[in-house]
Amino acid sequence: MNNLIKNLSLFCAALVIVLVLAILFVLTRAAWPTFHTFGFSFFVTNIWNPVTNQYGALSAIYGTVVTSFLALILALPIGFGIAFYLVELAPPLVVKPLRIAIELLAGIPSIVFGFWGLFVLVPVFQDYIQPFLIRHSEGLPVLGKLFAGPGFGVGLLSAGCVLAIMVLPFIAAFLTDVFKTVSPALKESAYALGATRWEVMRSVVAPSTIGPIMGGVMLAFGRALGETMAVTFVIGNAHRLSPSLLAPGTTISASIANEFNEATNDLHTSSLLALGLTLFAVSFVVLACGKASILLLERRRNA
Amino acid sequence: MLSVFKKTGLLTLALIGLNLSAFADDISGAGATFPHPIYAKWAEAYKKETTVGLNYQAIGSGGGIKQIKANTVTFGATDKPLKLEELQEAGLIQWPMVIGGVVPVINIKGIGAGEMVLDGKSIADIYLGEAQYWDDPAISKLNPKLKLPHLPIVQVYRADGSGTNFLFTTYLSSVNSKFSQKVGADASVQWPSGIGAKGNEGVANMTARTEGAIGYVEYAYAVQNKLSYAKMTNRDGKTVTPDFDAFQAAAANADWAAAPGFYLILTNQPGAKSWPITGASFILMHKEPVDAKDSKQALDFFAWAYQNGNEMAKSLDYVPMPSKVVALVKKSWEQIKLQE
Repeated sequence: MNNLIKNLSLFCAALVIVLVLAILFVLTRAAWPTFHTFGFSFFVTNIWNPVTNQYGALSAIYGTVVTSFLALILALPIGFGIAFYLVELAPPLVVKPLRIAIELLAGIPSIVFGFWGLFVLVPVFQDYIQPFLIRHSEGLPVLGKLFAGPGFGVGLLSAGCVLAIMVLPFIAAFLTDVFKTVSPALKESAYALGATRWEVMRSVVAPSTIGPIMGGVMLAFGRALGETMAVTFVIGNAHRLSPSLLAPGTTISASIANEFNEATNDLHTSSLLALGLTLFAVSFVVLACGKASILLLERRRNA
Repeated sequence: MLSVFKKTGLLTLALIGLNLSAFADDISGAGATFPHPIYAKWAEAYKKETTVGLNYQAIGSGGGIKQIKANTVTFGATDKPLKLEELQEAGLIQWPMVIGGVVPVINIKGIGAGEMVLDGKSIADIYLGEAQYWDDPAISKLNPKLKLPHLPIVQVYRADGSGTNFLFTTYLSSVNSKFSQKVGADASVQWPSGIGAKGNEGVANMTARTEGAIGYVEYAYAVQNKLSYAKMTNRDGKTVTPDFDAFQAAAANADWAAAPGFYLILTNQPGAKSWPITGASFILMHKEPVDAKDSKQALDFFAWAYQNGNEMAKSLDYVPMPSKVVALVKKSWEQIKLQE
């Protein structure tokens, strides 16, 4: 019996690796014509023209990384706040409903976020937030470029905001779990020294959990990288590079979702799959960095 | 938290499982999303009459072409017709099943549905980013009675690859040589400016939200949502309103008999009443099918749809094929080998 279970679980574990390798193999084979035609320039050219059959992934890679990064910047402080409140401040009566609300938020299908973004968030952005940003950043050195108009409502910033809401429950739940792992004895000792709750959080809880936090952040980043439907609705879908966050852009997964259905040309299909492979690689690098940073921090702390 | 992810994951798996276990005795087809609603409606009525159902997967034209070539379905459907050489190479025949059209929609305060007139050249200039304001001389000339504001034009385009894009860019390329050089015609193209929205609903919403915007949607979508469309000047220099008659006129005036493999794109057709951005959605089948019985079943369904489906098509704002084209199509079916 023990043996059976052992072998079964070994099989399950092996299955994951086989699956990943199989996907990698199929993607590479399908993307091969693209790499063969364009070589490395596929990753650094900013052109995407199905009519002339020229493809470059730069605008999609840029859009993917920028929107995911924006999502993290926006979601991390809020997620931290939620976790801090849940673990340290919230009365027991509030904890349960709040956790349920977070789980519910995580359960909403991404297409719903997409429609919500398009019909609710985008108009608000177009009418209030973007004009405000444009007006107040005009002429400023970096911000002026980042928030250059015209604002159409859709664009990289809107996509980043929708993504932030989508990764927020993930980050909040993760941080809550992590903060709970800190041993009560450690916290009690700090309280005994007269530290306030915020001081305990800042000097005891956060530093001792920085490794797992970084890991969670990277996982959230990975999730934002691959998000498709919601982004497609609000990003403006343009294979263009622009320094302005208000300008329309595109992401890797949005391009695939948009064009795969009606791609009748072989090189076009191949290039879309090459985009998929690129996302695979980007996600892998991000996850690897996440893991490495955790290891590094753990080692430094143990040393 | 994690359990939520797990549950949704399992549910998705279960749904995929259901989807795959399609019904064995039904006619199977796959392809274009644009005609999906009418095919579904026909199939429902057909099943009531004959108990034969239709399993149509709206996976997009590209997918439809691949699936029929790989022989996994009895028919494929595409919005973008295949050229004769490609048909012959794959042993396929092709025919038009239903007509649709593309309508420009605008958002300028004070200008209602049907009040503005545009032509292909000016729309192409707008999408190239060359006509930048609504009081552009070319647009003013087409609309002598309207007082056009000095308002920047915001171009809204379909970001997802679609038959709508294919028709629209094919038309613009055929009337504006600069557009054909710089952008060209395909289901997805590289737009030089403007913003991309997903689906008809995305384009309609973006256009309605943005003052000074222009977009283009399927005719059915424009009618059902009462969008403020523009009239167009056609090839004969006449101004036409997008309606059934205008689409049918374009299809009827086209010279189908002279188009081998029905390779005919209905944009910019002659005729005083023809709507310039019209197109058909096509069906693809093998000339020598692996299973003659399945193909016979499918042809029976299409014959039935041509015969009885016109009112249903109209109720969904699709335009049925003119009867003289149907006669040609039925004749072309003789090429399909239904006996061993």
